[in-house]
Amino acid sequence: MDDLKQMARRIRLKLVEMSCIAKTPHLGSALSCVDILVAAYWGAMKIDPARPDDPGRDRFILSKGHAATVIYAALAYRGFYSMDYLDQYNRAGGKLPEHPSPGCAPGIECASGSLGHGLSIGCGMALAARLNGHPYRVFVCMSDGECNEGTVWEAALFAPAHRLDNLIAIIDYNKWQATGRSDEIMSLRPLREKWESFGWDAVDVDGHDIGALIEIMRSVPGKSGKPTALVAHTVKGKGISFMEDNNDWHYRIAKEDDLRAAERELGPA
Amino acid sequence: MRNAFADEVVKLAQSARDLVLLSGDIGNRLFDAYKNAYAGRFYNCGVAEANMIGVSAGLSLCGLRPVVYTIAPFITTRCIEQIRVDICYHNLPVILVGVGAGFSYASLNATHHSCEETAMLRMLPNMHVVCPGDAVEVRHAIQAAYRLARPTYIRLGKKGEPAVHSTAAISFSIGRAIVIRPGRDVCILSTGVMLPTAMEAADLLSGHGISAEVVSFHTIKPLDEPFLREAFGRFKVVTTVEEHSRSGGLGGGIAEWLSDQPPQSARLCRVGTDDRFLYEAGGQGHARACFGLTPMGIAEKTLATLGRTCP
Repeated sequence: MDDLKQMARRIRLKLVEMSCIAKTPHLGSALSCVDILVAAYWGAMKIDPARPDDPGRDRFILSKGHAATVIYAALAYRGFYSMDYLDQYNRAGGKLPEHPSPGCAPGIECASGSLGHGLSIGCGMALAARLNGHPYRVFVCMSDGECNEGTVWEAALFAPAHRLDNLIAIIDYNKWQATGRSDEIMSLRPLREKWESFGWDAVDVDGHDIGALIEIMRSVPGKSGKPTALVAHTVKGKGISFMEDNNDWHYRIAKEDDLRAAERELGPA
Repeated sequence: MRNAFADEVVKLAQSARDLVLLSGDIGNRLFDAYKNAYAGRFYNCGVAEANMIGVSAGLSLCGLRPVVYTIAPFITTRCIEQIRVDICYHNLPVILVGVGAGFSYASLNATHHSCEETAMLRMLPNMHVVCPGDAVEVRHAIQAAYRLARPTYIRLGKKGEPAVHSTAAISFSIGRAIVIRPGRDVCILSTGVMLPTAMEAADLLSGHGISAEVVSFHTIKPLDEPFLREAFGRFKVVTTVEEHSRSGGLGGGIAEWLSDQPPQSARLCRVGTDDRFLYEAGGQGHARACFGLTPMGIAEKTLATLGRTCP
């Protein structure tokens, strides 16, 4: 577990570095879900970085595409491509836009950016597992602000009706969206109960407890036949004291001083 | 048209084992034969079209071949964002089938009219837009779209449209116009369900001594450019006919194309709906008449473009 915590620290530092070098925002959103991706990619998913197109692989959709740096960095550290590939992030003519585009990197299952798309696509992928006779699972990571989108709830109705028990929705519930508190802008609370009432096995979990996340992720599919909703309570900007729970870091871009401060807090990469 | 589609999709599914049919909670009994044969490859996605498009993209990303069916405005303009991002951006071989296009459901008010959607879909990169002219073309279109394996929208009427082709053995390719009736003076390019009306308009023109060619211009995107180049060089007037806005669809698309060409001898005449909603009650015939989408309306506008009037 210490190794995974160290990996999470390394990814967090890489995110700050990427924001600083490429001058891109959404750092708080990316830091928020680092532990979720570490749990999935290192602790739960059946994947082989050397075979990113294996039809039987588990799939991960980062539906909150504005946090793209976290999946770009995680895939690099997980061995899907070299760390050098990250140099293409937000570079003119580079492969890695600020939101993932189709086929931009091995391991990216689909484009995201416009919110509220990933869960529907994930439903289709989960359904395809059944039709194609593969036992894989589909992980979809969404933001809480993303749950404003009506399509999320269309998909939330669809998945239990078709008993997609190989589908895991993870809501990165950091209680912020772009311009304010998510529970004040749209009435999300009680979020776990909402998913439960839609027919999901829904659980509250500390979204920074990698061990707890792995345990739940590994338990899917369970015996209920229902899809799983993981309401991951997180802190936006997690891991860097002056960014934590400070929504300015939704749009603020890390400067050199911020990067040095993050290095002091997180330790060397 | 819809019965032809339902029947043809059963035939296609026999060989296309990767085909999955998604429906937006319509077509009660329509797909019984399909469901009886391929129950595991049919999903009623409910009244949630945006999700249905996303589901189709997810299926397609895993190697399956979805055919997605519901009422035209609901499978197009309602979920244009999902079509754009999930299907077109990923360039996925998803076939969208919109039933009841144009004024097929005129009496149900403008919520069920679909006179803008080909314009919107035509703008989307990677998308193909096919409007079959009768039931025979519907059968060919679904087969051709499956072979094409690119994002494709197939625009249907409802049921009971007159047959135009007397045989099923026609040569049909997406992007290739079909000459139904040769002519010398003017050329009527009809797309979709207006084809029988265009044939009647040609009869009326014949009565005025005008020889009108009638073409099933079933593909709005990509345009059959070789055919257009030939037609605009050979005829005096090229008239487009569509149960759709004159903006952005077949007529609009050809006007754009024409503006990029050297001067042509033929004049373009567009017959379609105006830039307004229809607020009054009435069926398809009434709605069409409101916009001159009748044999007489087509003939009169074509004659006027020729510089002639009806006596």
